[in-house]
Amino acid sequence: MSILADIQISLIVLCSGLGLILIGLWGILTQRNIIRMIVGFSLLDTGIHMVMVSIGYVTGGTAPIINDAVPMAEAASRIVDPVPSALVLTAIVIGLGVTAVMLSFAVRMYRERRTLMIDEFTESKW
Amino acid sequence: MIKRIIILLVLAMLAAIFLDLAANYSEKTSLSPLGHYYAEQGPAEIGAANLVTAVVVTYRGLDTLGEVTVLFISAAGVGLMLRRTRRKDDDEDLEKGDRAEETAGTHKPASEIVETATELLLPMVMLFGIYVFLNGHLSPGGGFQGGAIIASGTMFLLLALPESHISRLMIAMTESLSGFSYVVIGVLGVLLAGGFLDNRIMGLGTYGSLFSAGAIPLIYVFVGLKVGFELSAVLDRFRKEDTGPL
Repeated sequence: MSILADIQISLIVLCSGLGLILIGLWGILTQRNIIRMIVGFSLLDTGIHMVMVSIGYVTGGTAPIINDAVPMAEAASRIVDPVPSALVLTAIVIGLGVTAVMLSFAVRMYRERRTLMIDEFTESKW
Repeated sequence: MIKRIIILLVLAMLAAIFLDLAANYSEKTSLSPLGHYYAEQGPAEIGAANLVTAVVVTYRGLDTLGEVTVLFISAAGVGLMLRRTRRKDDDEDLEKGDRAEETAGTHKPASEIVETATELLLPMVMLFGIYVFLNGHLSPGGGFQGGAIIASGTMFLLLALPESHISRLMIAMTESLSGFSYVVIGVLGVLLAGGFLDNRIMGLGTYGSLFSAGAIPLIYVFVGLKVGFELSAVLDRFRKEDTGPL
């Protein structure tokens, strides 16, 4: 228990997020299947969100919602930073939109060539 | 081979940067000045119990309008990409493949359990979505989350009853009216209160009650409807080929 208590919670989230970024980037760079590349992008996206959330964490802080549990007077000393949370909320929605467009590209490309392998699409290769 | 080495090299360098970042990281013990200001002044200025909502809808309201715009553009892009153009002079080969795709699309119906569960649960899922965006200023949630729940209800419907028809016209009307009302509220903020998307065009009400925080519940209702219908339209686009205009 004592070892666990020494580790900061946000550090765990930060490291997982950074790991996800690396895995996602690896997926985007090495995979030849378009769907796998999109999955890699989603992992990268999620990793970035986790890093952003972990940066907003304040030791011992709770959700930035003021109610019986967190009275208004104590708010500034007991909540985590609301700004990164708001940014991540925006980022998730944008990520969703980008993923949807990428998937529709994949559907369209499959329709044209009957394959999802990126090596088959040589027109824009230089 | 050389490509692999370059990729590994890039990732290794990035990992080194990240390692440095993680090693020198120490948790914050107090809020940043901006976060501190929002925590101190937010409840009195905005009247929203959920401070994230206060930041998203009011302090950074313009960003949220941009976010809604990006989502709209991506939904429009998906619609454009997945539109089935009636190509008469196309390859026989492709046509055949298309037909195979279409017959594959009309798969066997979902089981009775799934269908019955959908009929039972769908109204509840929709109601929960509405609850989430109505209470966005009081509890975790908000327009985007509520909209996502409504879209998941649509997903549910499309999985259980793949033949069900979703009116494109209804979706387009609701979506554009919500988006328009959102901007109108923003402009009203300029005319009646402190600036664009200021929520104090209406009384702040009793702190912590449903009808409080000025225009925030109203804005979140419009955002929730817009996002919900937009994502439903995207899901519908992915379902099968275009069945007509709109």
